[in-house]
Order: sequence, then C-alpha cells, then structure tokens
Amino acid sequence: MRRVLGIAIPAAVLIVLAFVPKLSLDIPVILNGPLDSPGTLQLLALCLLFAGIALTYDVLFGFTGLLSFGHALYVAVGVYMTAIALTRWEWGLWPTIAFILALGIALPLVLGAVSLRVSGIAFAMVTLAFAQAGNVLVQKNPYGWTGGEEGTGLNYDHIPDAFVGVLNTKNLYWLALGYAVLVFVVVRLAVNSSAGHVWRAIRENEPRVEVLGLWPYPFKLIAFVLAAFLAVLGGVVWLLLIGGATPEVTTANFTLALLVMVVLGGAGTRFGAMIGGFLYTLLDQRLGALSGSSRVQDLPDVLRVPLSEPLFLLGTLFILLVFFVPGGIASLPARLRGMRPRREPLPEEAAV
Amino acid sequence: MSTFVLLTITGLGLGAMYFLVASGLSLIYGLMGVLNFAHGALITVGAYAAWWFGDQIGGGAWQRLLIGGLFGIVAGAVVAALTELVLIRPLYQRPVEQVLVTVGLALALGALVQGIWGADSQPFPLPGWMIDTTSIFGASVPNDRFVEIGVAAAVLLGLTAFLRYTRFGLVIRAGVENRAMVSALGIDVRRAFTIVFALGGALAALAGVLSGVYFGVVDPGRGTSLLIFAFIVVVIGGFGSIGGSAIAAVAVGLIQQYANYYSSSGTGDLAVVLLLAAILLVRPGGLAPKVAH
Repeated sequence: MRRVLGIAIPAAVLIVLAFVPKLSLDIPVILNGPLDSPGTLQLLALCLLFAGIALTYDVLFGFTGLLSFGHALYVAVGVYMTAIALTRWEWGLWPTIAFILALGIALPLVLGAVSLRVSGIAFAMVTLAFAQAGNVLVQKNPYGWTGGEEGTGLNYDHIPDAFVGVLNTKNLYWLALGYAVLVFVVVRLAVNSSAGHVWRAIRENEPRVEVLGLWPYPFKLIAFVLAAFLAVLGGVVWLLLIGGATPEVTTANFTLALLVMVVLGGAGTRFGAMIGGFLYTLLDQRLGALSGSSRVQDLPDVLRVPLSEPLFLLGTLFILLVFFVPGGIASLPARLRGMRPRREPLPEEAAV
Repeated sequence: MSTFVLLTITGLGLGAMYFLVASGLSLIYGLMGVLNFAHGALITVGAYAAWWFGDQIGGGAWQRLLIGGLFGIVAGAVVAALTELVLIRPLYQRPVEQVLVTVGLALALGALVQGIWGADSQPFPLPGWMIDTTSIFGASVPNDRFVEIGVAAAVLLGLTAFLRYTRFGLVIRAGVENRAMVSALGIDVRRAFTIVFALGGALAALAGVLSGVYFGVVDPGRGTSLLIFAFIVVVIGGFGSIGGSAIAAVAVGLIQQYANYYSSSGTGDLAVVLLLAAILLVRPGGLAPKVAH
C-alpha cells in the first residue's frame, strides 16, 4: 500500500504541475494572477527550479552530512559561464553546452578535493572562502566579462526560439519542471546506490565507516561533485528563466538561503528539500509584495520595519523552525500522527 | 618606498579588524564548538549602535566617537550574551542546530538593521586628527590606521593576560583543551560560555566601530564581508588560538593590500583564498595547535 502511494502521489503531483500552463485558475492571496499568465508561470518556474537546486544542496547537507557554505558558487558558474560563453565569446549552443558540462565536473572535482581535506566546520569555512573568491572575481569584472555590479545580459542568438519571449514562458516553466524531475530522479538513484548508503553512514558516524574499512574521502568527493554538477545545470536553467546574470547568485547569503530551504523542508528527505525550496521561493517573492502593500506601509514603525524586510521574516521563521520543528515540514505528518493514539506502527518499526 | 610603507600600515590596520573578529570567533569555536555566523551581524550592530548613539548625544567628534563606541561595544556584548542564553544554550550538544540558529539570526539581524537605517552606507563622523596624516619614511599615513593597530595590539595583550593570569582565563583555556574534563572537575563551564560569547560580541562590535573609523562610513553589508575574511583568518590561524589568529590576521591583511596594489584590485582577495588552500594542503590543522595562548 505504502509503495503504491509512494509512486502514485508524486506521479499525480507531476501530472498536475505539468498541466499548470493550461489552467487559467485564480488562486487569491498566494498568486496575483491566473495560473496561465506569464508572470505567475515565471514565479512557479522559479519555485520549481529552486526545489531542484535545494535538493542538490540536500545531497551534501542532508544525505552526506557535509555542511557546505559554498554551494552558491556552482549555481553561479552555471549562470555566469553560460552567459559569458554565449554573449561575450559568442560561442554556439553546442560548444557552450559541452563547455558547461565539462566545467561542471572539473571545477568541483578540484575544489572539492582541496576542501575535503578538512571536515566539519573547517570544511564549511573553506567552501565559503572559495565561493567568496567567485564573488570577488565576478565583482572584479575581468575583461568586462561578468559586468561587475550590474551583471550581464544574455545574447539570445543561439538559444532555441522555444525559450525566447514572454509568450514562451510556458516552455521555460516546463524546462524548470524538467530540471526538478531530473534532479529528483538522479538523486533518488544516487542515494539508493551503494555509494548512497555510504553517504548516509558517513553522515551518521564517519569514524565508524573508517573502522569498517572504507575510505570516506572518495565517497564524499562523489557527493560533492554530483551536487555541484546538478547545481551548475540549475544555474543554466535560471539564466534562461531570468535572461541575465546578477552578482546576488555569488553571495554567501545565497548559499544560506539554500540551507534555509533544506532545513525548512526537512534535511535528508527528497520531498522535504524540494517542498522547502518551493515554499521558500514563493514566500521570498510574495513577502516582498506584502511588504510593499499599503496594509503594511500604514502600520506604525515598530511593526512596519520588520514586516517590510522579507529576510527578517525568513530568518525569524528559520530560528523558530529549528527550535520547534527540527525535522522540517517533512516531519510534520509523523508528528501529527504521534499526537493521536497510534493505530499502526511507524514505518521504521514496521521495517524491523 | 613610501607606497610600500603606506600599504604596510594600511594592511596592518585591516589586519587589526580581522584579528578582533577572528579572536572572538576562534575562542567561541574553540571552547563551545559553535561556529557563530551571527558574528558578522554583531559587527554591524556595533557599528550602527555607535553611529546612532553618537548622533543622539551630539557634541564634538571625539566625544561622539568615544561614548558612541563604548555604547556600541556594550550593545554587541549584550546582544551576544542574549544570543547565547536564549538561542544557543537550549541547543547544547547539537552543533549543527546551533550553527543553523546563528545563520537565522545573522539573516534576521542584518535585515533589521537594513530595515531601520536603510541599505545605503551612512557617513561616520571622525575627529579631525584621525583624517590628518603623519609622515613616516616619506609616506603620508592617515592617523586612524594607528588607532586601529593600537587598539588591536592592546586587545591582544589584554586577552592574553586575561587568559593566562585570571581564573576565568584558566577555565577557558582548560575548556578549549578538554571541555568534558573541566565539567567533570565540578566547574560550571556554561558560565564561561556566556562570558566568552559576550567577550566575542564586544570584540566584534569593537571591530565594527573601527571599521566605521577605517572606511569613514557604516554600511549594512560590511559585517558579512569582514566575517568571511575573519573565517579565513581563523582557519589559517588554527581554532582556539589567539596567537595564531593574530599572526594570520596580519598576514591576510598585508597580502590583501600588497596584491591589490601591485597587481589589480580584487587580486588580494583571491590571493588570500589561495593562501588558505595552500595552508590546508600543507597543514590541515592551521598554523597553531588547538591551545588558547
């Protein structure tokens, strides 16, 4: 029964999501236009994209227990290097794709090999430092490639027509949905593989893995490269979605946002991380609109100032979540079940 | 030659701020195993509290700087102590959750400061003497650089004396080496936690005030950028080592200045990251062993 539901529910969600561009429903408060309007589709596409990117971060943080503060770098590589190759170097579509795929494996392989020499908090700081180097490079604007503070636009000459223009937002939406599905499938396969079992063992107790005769380093490196590679792909989708690159994607705050998404949804769970990424993006976008609304602007300063800062609300929400719902949204069903008198054993017990 | 002298003193001034931030981070991590991401927000809080209080009391620039600066330091210590008591303590022995809470706090505090005083930087009024320059080997060095270096040197001496000659210092040093043993000997390590957190907060706020002096403005994004280099300093210097932090802070500040000037702007920041990578390859534990001295 549980197995059937485990396939049926995602399939149903996927079918509904795939037909969203064909529906002209109005969802008041949450969205500010009918589902098939380009603005709403763009927002939903962003949410789906971040559901995927959050899951790539979960491979590191949730499944392998690696606290990286530099994941933004790889999303930024996807965004910036694609934009630079297409716009500044005027490469064609296929050379660009080949270049990005190669870079998406080579760069995390080198940086991961260095940063994984340390573990725990030192690893977090080293990844942060590498991401900061990326941020500095982008700000430095070498040869005028990155455009510094302003960022860079995208040359659409070599991009398939299906992804160009407001009318084609629905195709971009499907692209983002495809990306989320791809990440989900790859992560599912990887986590259930034998390497995936070692990842979780490393998360639980790394010295024990060593005592059992396995060398954790290559397994951690595989997780790092896989997560970074998928993040690079996410960056490419993002570039197509927003039509340009801005330096915000290179900042430490961007990685922190990914961390918040994963913890919000539930670290170490596939659906949790995706729901977290989706919800965070929706909240981030809609709270911005809320803060600009007259209802908030008319409040006294004590309430107006905090309410008009989305990051303040998200940061506070995050702290409350860590304290009161440590497992994130994914743990809520089990929690609610725990409150009622239990009729059937929890899945873990049933498995034993 | 004169350029070199100017670069050296400016680099030391920058290193002084890195040291103030890094020493607090390093002690907190060494003693409690908590990576305090909110440290950057404490820098910002300190800088803005000093600027705001100076504005409220008015008067001459010296008065505003000294009294405002003192207020900023106290504000940093109070916010840090409250953070430890309210947010960190209940999550004792859950290091990942502790880091997450400080991440949330960093986001919220930073956004709050930006919400109250705006995203643009605000001019930080300085006494005339600090803007004047002194001629050293033909280089015109702004006097505020000496203030930063002097304050950091005094903090280094004071901190070393505190750790070496006081009872609390003894508890902290012992706690960095072996926390479980200190608790087992019947000493309440948790009181030391609050004190170290408050101390770190005060030092971060002091660095914030000095950053106002150094850059001439207070800026909501300054805390984060200082914090990242302070992290690098802590990793290079070795966790829990004040001496290691001091050496690493000077090295990072100088390398950044030299490379930014002799190569192109921004190269210094990259050079520092390369230095970090090189140190990790050679000595993964940082320059100093894990001892507070």
